[in-house]
Amino acid sequence: MTATTTKLVATMPDFSFLRVISKSLIRLCHEPLGLLGLVLVTLIVSSAVFASWLVPYDPVAMDIMHRLAPPSFEHWLGTDQLGRDVFSRVLMGGQVALKVALSAIALALGFGLLLGLIAGYGPRWLDNIIVTLFDTVRSFPTIIFALAVVTLTGPSLTTIILVVVITSIPIYGRVVRTQTQALRAQEFILAERAMGASVPRILFIHMLPNVIGQLLILASMDVPIVITIEAGLSFLGLGIQPPTPSWGTILNDGYSFIRNTPWLIIAGGLPLILSTLGFTFLGESLRDIFDPKLRKDI
Amino acid sequence: MHNLLEASEVKVRFRSKSAIKALLEGDRDPYLDAVCGVSLNVKPGETFAIVGESGSGKTTLARAITGLVNAQEGSIRYQDKELLGLSESQFRPLRKDIAMMFQDPIGSLSPRLTVEALITEPFKIHGIKVPDLAVEARRLLSMVGLPEHFASRYPFQLSGGQARRVGVARALALSPKLIVADEPTAGLDVSVQGEILNLLAKLQRELGMSLLIITHNLSVVRHISDRMGIMYLGRFVEQGSTDEIFAHPKHPYTQALLSANHDPDPDAELNRVELEGEVPSLLQRPQGCEFHTRCPFASDRCRREVPVVTQTADGHEYRCHFPLNS
Amino acid sequence: MSDIILDVHNLSIDYRTSRGALKALRKVNLQVPKGKIVGIVGESGCGKSTLISAIINLLAPNATVSEGGVKFQDDDLLALTNNQMQHIRGNRFSMIFQDPMTSLNPVISIGTQMVDIQYRDKVSKSAKLDKAAMMLDRVGIPDSQSRLALYPHEFSGGMLQRIAIAMALLVEPDLLIADEPTTALDATLEVQIIHRLKELQASQGCSILFISHHLGVIAELCDEVVVMYAGEVVEQGSVRDIFHRPSHPYTQKLLECDPARIVDKTRDLPTIFGNLPDLVAVPQGCIFADRCEFASSHCHRLRPSRTVVEEGHTANCHLLSKEGVVHA
Repeated sequence: MTATTTKLVATMPDFSFLRVISKSLIRLCHEPLGLLGLVLVTLIVSSAVFASWLVPYDPVAMDIMHRLAPPSFEHWLGTDQLGRDVFSRVLMGGQVALKVALSAIALALGFGLLLGLIAGYGPRWLDNIIVTLFDTVRSFPTIIFALAVVTLTGPSLTTIILVVVITSIPIYGRVVRTQTQALRAQEFILAERAMGASVPRILFIHMLPNVIGQLLILASMDVPIVITIEAGLSFLGLGIQPPTPSWGTILNDGYSFIRNTPWLIIAGGLPLILSTLGFTFLGESLRDIFDPKLRKDI
Repeated sequence: MHNLLEASEVKVRFRSKSAIKALLEGDRDPYLDAVCGVSLNVKPGETFAIVGESGSGKTTLARAITGLVNAQEGSIRYQDKELLGLSESQFRPLRKDIAMMFQDPIGSLSPRLTVEALITEPFKIHGIKVPDLAVEARRLLSMVGLPEHFASRYPFQLSGGQARRVGVARALALSPKLIVADEPTAGLDVSVQGEILNLLAKLQRELGMSLLIITHNLSVVRHISDRMGIMYLGRFVEQGSTDEIFAHPKHPYTQALLSANHDPDPDAELNRVELEGEVPSLLQRPQGCEFHTRCPFASDRCRREVPVVTQTADGHEYRCHFPLNS
Repeated sequence: MSDIILDVHNLSIDYRTSRGALKALRKVNLQVPKGKIVGIVGESGCGKSTLISAIINLLAPNATVSEGGVKFQDDDLLALTNNQMQHIRGNRFSMIFQDPMTSLNPVISIGTQMVDIQYRDKVSKSAKLDKAAMMLDRVGIPDSQSRLALYPHEFSGGMLQRIAIAMALLVEPDLLIADEPTTALDATLEVQIIHRLKELQASQGCSILFISHHLGVIAELCDEVVVMYAGEVVEQGSVRDIFHRPSHPYTQKLLECDPARIVDKTRDLPTIFGNLPDLVAVPQGCIFADRCEFASSHCHRLRPSRTVVEEGHTANCHLLSKEGVVHA
């Protein structure tokens, strides 16, 4: 009993929020992969945030005279088959990708958290219903599920977000549910019950702070997955619709001209690879820092 | 005097296997009795101790009294109000009067809350308006002998003894009439153990609340309790005033427990009652007297016949065919 | 001095922490003679666990031995390589822990584990099984032959601790280190286990280093007692010296605090006022001075040396050098 308590409590070794952040940052910078992840993520996020000011050209402005131009000083990554500046499109595509990833993950996180807490703390029958729902949703392969939804509603940004949210809720929900169940038997939760604390109070004041850390790390590792889903759907023509730039559509465009103009496919693929690596390294390092079992320095 | 808490024939049963499994195996009674017909009462200002070894059901009994687990049979009355069968919302107002302390001093404090937030939690839960929670927190801290700057600490920054004091402060926040304390000295060093028990005694003298203490530590019980009950397999095998039980234990199990907690002296030899074997499983309660499998004095009658509760004139009760010291 | 099995001499151990070196052990001296049971008593933070990890050569990575050493028979334990240490562990000395599951593998049957541990003996497997069964008999496990096929989870806590003892003694070690082996057990089981341990020790003639915070158990089991406080040995002597004539104020206080020793019923239990000293900035005088009711300015200034109270009984206290035994 005591052993489990210490383990759960130790999931976050330090509790004052600012100190946690500064300490984690310092530790992160001591790890080569973590540092690389942090640099990449900062780069990608800031270029997406400031994309509108950074783009040298209008990403949708066509210039047929200079179509499929190779990389040069005017066009750093060349132009595509309609003469649009690829560098500008990659920057704006990053903005779209992050918009989709962050909003979808935030929504999934919120709903997953709520359902997970209810399933983990609520009565057995409710838990059974929620878990069955989770299992049902997870039994569809994401792409097939996306195809079905797109067929019904037509391709759009909202559709992608909807698909990602629905398929990710069970992932977060399950993690929260397992942690909630473990916490439920802890003495501090019993103590709250003995004082007469209401269920929402127990869930949101006492359970939530103890599960959220794990969940945020999980979410940061999910960002690249969502970006790939968006790119994949857009590549198949089921996601972001032209002329809005997306890494997936850039890849798709480049795919048709891969023999003669390989820079197009590199320009679409490289940011995808970099952001996947960046978020994965960052997430994994964060997990190692916060999981005392994996930590080496104590 | 009128009783503050009166429990009679309390029975707590837990499911021992799932409904489907029980059906398949043809088990008509897939339950185990964790607490099996316990009666006790606590008077205002009194300390009652429930003593037993692990698995005796003492913690379950305490949780049944505070409504954290459901008792299936019997009655638990607090100030003549029946607690059994109350819904959580009906029970809530009573929780101001009945506070509970748990075994693990640090683990029973919500890990992400400061000490100030922890000890003022009861006010927030019951929506009690106080002019300034910070002032209230300081008052409670000084009551349990912790310096004011502890208000901003987190549970993991406390030692076991300090965390225990925070637990006491939180239990006292709403001036309860009854504190149920489950192993209040578990995990503490002997010198700190004394501090906590003295603190509880002092507060009890000043505030006049009743204490229901659950423990396995008999040497502590002797000093702090007025009356006590000894539990074995979910039943009281002996109950009465602490002085009387220590002076003239009637049940062989009580005597064995007493002799296992003797004075630490290498020369204190030692009319030990050493018990054979281990506590039987609750799923296979022995026939007859449930203690006969380990009792050094067991006879044929003990193996066949369930002993009834015998009560002496001074309120000393025991379940034994052949009581000691008589 | 060949009758000393384990000799810890002048051992000092520091932990690197962010605040500086934490001096967890300072000049600890203790000897375990052949065939004796030596008990270490102390409250949390006294350095018991650091001492044990130093003896079994499993110190935490941020610990450094700044002084002294540990001699086991003729080997300097702290200078041994991992392989050499491996050979000594589980052959010439073995261990029992508070949680018996730390020494048992949950997915292998008890019998197999007890045979495996005898891998150094050149006898048949059935002979090893017989020896295992005999050992289980001796720790008080009925129908041991059939129990050999069972797995750890099929036993209760008390039974597991007996099995752990049986396994530890199976290799006939010269020294058994027992780290709070009865703390997790109920009082009636504790009595049984202590008796078994004492019987086995007498018949095998091994030495035992027994760590506990439970004074009753120490008094009953041990021949000699070492009292530790905040990383130092403050008093050592025979069990009767310690329990009948405690000479260090800390030992006196510790004994006084045990509610089992208090004859008259009281609601005002004795305590030791104050807190453990900070071991990063160790006070220069006597380590107990801040909490000692007899402390003088002398005590706060100068570290007391080891003073002989009577033969085989020493205590580190200034008050002793002047007028012999202190009485509280």
